[in-house]
Amino acid sequence: MIIDIKNVNYIYNPGTPFEKKALSNINIQIDEGEFIGLIGHTGSGKSTLVQHLNGLLKPTSGDVIVDGINTSKKDVSLREIRQKVGLVFQYPEHQLFEETIYADIAFGPKNLGLKDNEVDMRVKSAMENVGLDFESLKDRSPFELSGGQKRRAAIAGVIAMKPKLLILDEPTAGLDPAGRDEILGGIRKLYEKEKMTIVLVSHSMEDIAKLANRILVMDKGELVMDDSPKEVFKRAPELEEIGLGVPQITNFMRELKSKGYDVNDEIITVEEAKEEILKYLRSREDV
Amino acid sequence: MFKDITIGQYFPGESLVHKLDPRIKILVIIFFIVSLFFVDSFYPYIFILLFIVVISKVAKIPVSLVLKGIKPLRFIIIITFIINVFMTKGEILFDIGPLTVTKEGLSTAIFMALRLVFLVLGTSLLTLTTSPIALTDGIEKLLSPFKKIGLPAHELAMMMTIALRFIPTLLEEADKIMKAQMARGADFESGNIINRAKNLVPLLVPLFINAFRRADELATAMEARCYRGGEHRTRLNELKLDTKDMVVFVSVIIYFGLIISTRYIKI
Amino acid sequence: MKDIMIKLENVTYEYKSYIDEEVLTAVKNVNLEVEKGEFLAILGHNGSGKSTMAKMMNGLNMPTNGEVYVMGMNTKDEEKIWDIRAKAGMVFQNPDNQLVATIVEEDVAFGPENLGIPPTEIRQRVDEALEIVEMSQYKKHAPHLLSGGQKQRIAIAGILAMKPDCIIFDEPTAMLDPNGRLEVMNTIKKLNKEEGKTIVLITHYMDEAVEADRIIVLSEGEISIEGTPREVFRHVEKVKKLGLDVPQVTELAYELRKEGIDIRDDVLSVEELVELL
Repeated sequence: MIIDIKNVNYIYNPGTPFEKKALSNINIQIDEGEFIGLIGHTGSGKSTLVQHLNGLLKPTSGDVIVDGINTSKKDVSLREIRQKVGLVFQYPEHQLFEETIYADIAFGPKNLGLKDNEVDMRVKSAMENVGLDFESLKDRSPFELSGGQKRRAAIAGVIAMKPKLLILDEPTAGLDPAGRDEILGGIRKLYEKEKMTIVLVSHSMEDIAKLANRILVMDKGELVMDDSPKEVFKRAPELEEIGLGVPQITNFMRELKSKGYDVNDEIITVEEAKEEILKYLRSREDV
Repeated sequence: MFKDITIGQYFPGESLVHKLDPRIKILVIIFFIVSLFFVDSFYPYIFILLFIVVISKVAKIPVSLVLKGIKPLRFIIIITFIINVFMTKGEILFDIGPLTVTKEGLSTAIFMALRLVFLVLGTSLLTLTTSPIALTDGIEKLLSPFKKIGLPAHELAMMMTIALRFIPTLLEEADKIMKAQMARGADFESGNIINRAKNLVPLLVPLFINAFRRADELATAMEARCYRGGEHRTRLNELKLDTKDMVVFVSVIIYFGLIISTRYIKI
Repeated sequence: MKDIMIKLENVTYEYKSYIDEEVLTAVKNVNLEVEKGEFLAILGHNGSGKSTMAKMMNGLNMPTNGEVYVMGMNTKDEEKIWDIRAKAGMVFQNPDNQLVATIVEEDVAFGPENLGIPPTEIRQRVDEALEIVEMSQYKKHAPHLLSGGQKQRIAIAGILAMKPDCIIFDEPTAMLDPNGRLEVMNTIKKLNKEEGKTIVLITHYMDEAVEADRIIVLSEGEISIEGTPREVFRHVEKVKKLGLDVPQVTELAYELRKEGIDIRDDVLSVEELVELL
């Protein structure tokens, strides 16, 4: 188990007129090798939750245990926690600051106190993982890159810290479909090849359906669902009630079933739908 | 959460003081400050204090809020007091080590400290009862006669408005960048001054770059909304002086005129 | 004769790259007419030239070659530029970077103030515009405390208060969450259907483009597909090759056709596909 969240509550600005409860009684365990989709509309508490996972925020009450370390403990080493848990914020390209792409990606590893040749190796492999060519780009300014490339360079800056758990907060926001596919492809590679545990925060049910093997749904500071994608997307009416949806294709299959067609409606991707409909149509032909 | 910070310290209300034309309020404060510096004895301070008390009562502003304005300046007030106590020659009251406290010193020190306190209280009454927008409008209008000598009154006011609009946005952004860099192991809290300053680079560089990007986009958006400087521009809420503004203005001038006269006419 | 709102005649836009002084072409020899009352969507991946094209439609960018007319006025005519910008308003991507004032109603008033409208009429226009975008109850609020969708609706109200005939939206939903996107799309549809405004919507979200009367797909600065949403999404393969998406049901219908199932190739919605099966 890499993350153990026990009875966590979090209150912003306690004791002031701006007091606001952001998390209430959250319990989550995350195991290594999971790919988790975290969904919830703006203000549901998901950003507050992910900031707890690497000690940027500490629970008002309850415990967050990261790979055996309790983040609330007095003499806790935040550096150690941040090495284990990498967090990519929204629009991460807005945090680039160095003169060269190399230096920017090396910022994290250097803060970890690694030796130069280790830093070098990590920058190389991080750039490779996000699909940026090391030789031609390492000495370029990050500000000369295109929007999608900038974002990938910023993500590489977190990957280079080699976290066990990588959290990405809406990594595809504002990108066009091609840029989005590049980023999501890179994340899938990190999950499959580098064996990183992933938490992906996203508004796109289609993307979550394609990638995640477990979904957490937040609403008003509470964890309202924690299940496999198929189980979560079965509860379409509940999701809609809290301002979320299901992939269009799931909607379609449910609609089809409600019209009396004998099809399986636990479908979350286009490929699955295609197989299911072909199966159905062919069985009808046989009769 | 930086978002909740309000800029300035406007305390909304519907009182006569709130409704006064901002130009009148600014002028009143100028008279207030001038008279404060003309006062050379203790007793006219009673009238200054009376003015502050009456205004805050009329504006229905809690005393604690008015006094809060002193807090950020408390060190300056204390230092002024200390310097005056020890630096004035005269009839010796007592010694503290090598320093001597004189009767004149003590009196000047109290006098100067009170002057500063009143100064702060008066100006905070202005900002407490006037919204930043009204204040900007007032400044623009008051400065507009100086346009002839090349003072860019409209531009200054526009800059103030935009600054007020973007300060919360930039504060929020600073908070976000700071957290993002902390997630990459940046340390903003320890080390000596030089190291700390150096550690701010990963925060300040993106903040500046983003501010320039925002400025560029804002300029385009303003152009798209037909902004072309202050010429031919009208306002949603035009400032208009009415009778109550004039009455208040005249009575305040007389009041401060009397306070100033105490310097020359000794009773 | 149909009323033409915006007309692009052989328009080319070139610019110098910051890095190596190379001359790049963002828009290449485009001819386009936008009719009055039309809802036109412009699709294209990042760097396809769609934003540049939008900025030429109200004189923020000037074409290197060719002419752009807004209601018959040439954008190169310096005397007409303010009329053009008041007639063809523009809403941008980042809601934060287009609001000027610290109070909602002051911000909405910014445009008409610039046009020199008398205060009583500004008041009327501001109230009306806020009513249309359904933000009247927020008129005394500070914009930075509103949600993204709300901020974007304030930006739209700010344009409406200039009484434009046409509004150009440059990726207005790219930075919003699903709720915000819905709010803004509903507002855009309302402006087109109820207020009769001509709409040019630049986006890379296909589900938004489906709402339009006509779509043009830009690629490398040129129009590569043009037609009604049905006609455009029929080219599933081509659209995908241009780095864009098609709705999932359209893709499913396309995949099924490939498997030899006899199904129409211009399906756009869940309901339609259910009907067809």
